[in-house]
Amino acid sequence: MTSLIQVDQLYRFFSSRCAVNNVSFKLERGEILGFLGPNGAGKTTTMQMICGNLAPTEGQVFINGIDILDQPKEAKRELGYLPETPPLYRELTADEYLGYCARLHRLPAKKIATAVGNAKERCGLTEVGRRLIGNLSKGYQQRVGIAQAILHTPAVIILDEPTVGLDPIQIREIRELIRELGREHGIILSTHILPEIQEVCTRVQIIHQGQLVMNDSIERLERNMRALSLLMKTRGTPDLARLYALNGIHSIDALGDNRYRVFHDKEASPASSIAEIAVSFGWGLLELTPEKRSMEEIFIEITRHSPSTEKE
Amino acid sequence: MMAFTIAGREFRTLFLSPLAWAILGIIQIIQAFLFLVLLDTYLNEIQARYAGFEQAPGVTDFIVTGLFQNAGIILLMVTPLLTMRLISEERRNRTLSLLFSAPVSIAEIVLGKYLGVFAFLLLLVGMTTLMPLSLLSGGGLDYGKLAASFMAFLLLSAGFASLGLFISALTSQPTVAAISTFGALLLLWIINWSRNGAGGVLEYLSMLRHYDRLLTGLVNTEDLIYFILFILAFIVLSIHTLDNDRLQK
Repeated sequence: MTSLIQVDQLYRFFSSRCAVNNVSFKLERGEILGFLGPNGAGKTTTMQMICGNLAPTEGQVFINGIDILDQPKEAKRELGYLPETPPLYRELTADEYLGYCARLHRLPAKKIATAVGNAKERCGLTEVGRRLIGNLSKGYQQRVGIAQAILHTPAVIILDEPTVGLDPIQIREIRELIRELGREHGIILSTHILPEIQEVCTRVQIIHQGQLVMNDSIERLERNMRALSLLMKTRGTPDLARLYALNGIHSIDALGDNRYRVFHDKEASPASSIAEIAVSFGWGLLELTPEKRSMEEIFIEITRHSPSTEKE
Repeated sequence: MMAFTIAGREFRTLFLSPLAWAILGIIQIIQAFLFLVLLDTYLNEIQARYAGFEQAPGVTDFIVTGLFQNAGIILLMVTPLLTMRLISEERRNRTLSLLFSAPVSIAEIVLGKYLGVFAFLLLLVGMTTLMPLSLLSGGGLDYGKLAASFMAFLLLSAGFASLGLFISALTSQPTVAAISTFGALLLLWIINWSRNGAGGVLEYLSMLRHYDRLLTGLVNTEDLIYFILFILAFIVLSIHTLDNDRLQK
């Protein structure tokens, strides 16, 4: 079966500045792909190219196996896109707007009413259908934008920062909606909010200076986040040489006040053996905690040094 | 045809703002005033003066031609206001991406926008034509000349709209589009006013000249082709300009 999205060696130059540099990836049905990157990394540019809003300088994009450059109309049928700024006509009511979007996506006239009704219900818009979009709050406008993207039940949904401007309850609802949609569709989601990625996505990509620097499933990322160090506190002074004798211990830093940071191998945590030793020698173990790296730390670590200098 | 969907929204959106109603209302008042002035002059001066002449200009020549001549100048001032926001406003509000990511080609988007505003102008043309038709209650008209004038006005408005659409596609500021469209149309209107221009390229480019010739009832292929080329050229240019948004920003 073909992938929902296949991106092949995508390049984009703005005059001489390279905004997207050799990006390739795939998206399968049922996946929710989180797109991460610092400002100006090329997230939006990549998304615009996938949606046919911007022509790539080089490379190919396939939506459901259809080349978006060769057959844009056929490819765009399978696409729902919510850009950074929701493309809303403020002078229309939400119902009129969604009806127009449905016709733009060539839904047959009979199905328009049900499609609009469904999208409104999923996005919690049933109450505001007859109000002018310009008079809706930012959160509702954002929801109308999402409704527009899912209206025609496209195979691929691309959301550029969908939870911006929403209150915490709405954010929870929208995340729930995205997760639900992710079961039947393929979703690409760009966001700045790291916990959102952890909570919603099944796969994470980090783009930095136009290049894909990480592409991992969320499980592997979480494994990565697992501690490589333990924090230990004892009442008495421990004999560190005994700890060094343990398998997989790299180094031990004294933090003063009988506190130590023990660095160890990725694979095995030596916590239980440390505890055994501490007890058998009567060091008076007060604390032994694995240190967890946050997603933020991983993100910063990856994006701190530029990939282009690494290669040279 | 998706162009009609877009045209339909464009047309309806025009009437959601007071602008369209204001334009229709104000133009109708001004046209009615000019119509009455023409009618009054005709009844009290012209008719008496030319009474008994063999080849005298009739009511159609005087009133209908005069009315449509004025209408052309009014249209020149009004079209920029209607066309300015066609594409520039969508670009400024970033709503173009809705059209770009929908299964619609750029040509359909441009054509839709054009047809939307043209439908409105059609309304304007129709309402202007109603005035000379009202003369039928009291006398006869030269239908051939009226038809020629109607067609001339239709072609003129179609030409104005296509240039306005193109200029709107060039910018993201509606006001800039409006003033540029007005400037371009006015220049095309008066371009043959220079002494040297008479008979040359400038003469051919002048919209006024082609319009006036059609208004006299002389339906010439040269003038028809001028307008058709004019309309097509700017629609194609608009398509290319909008496509540039996708190619490079």
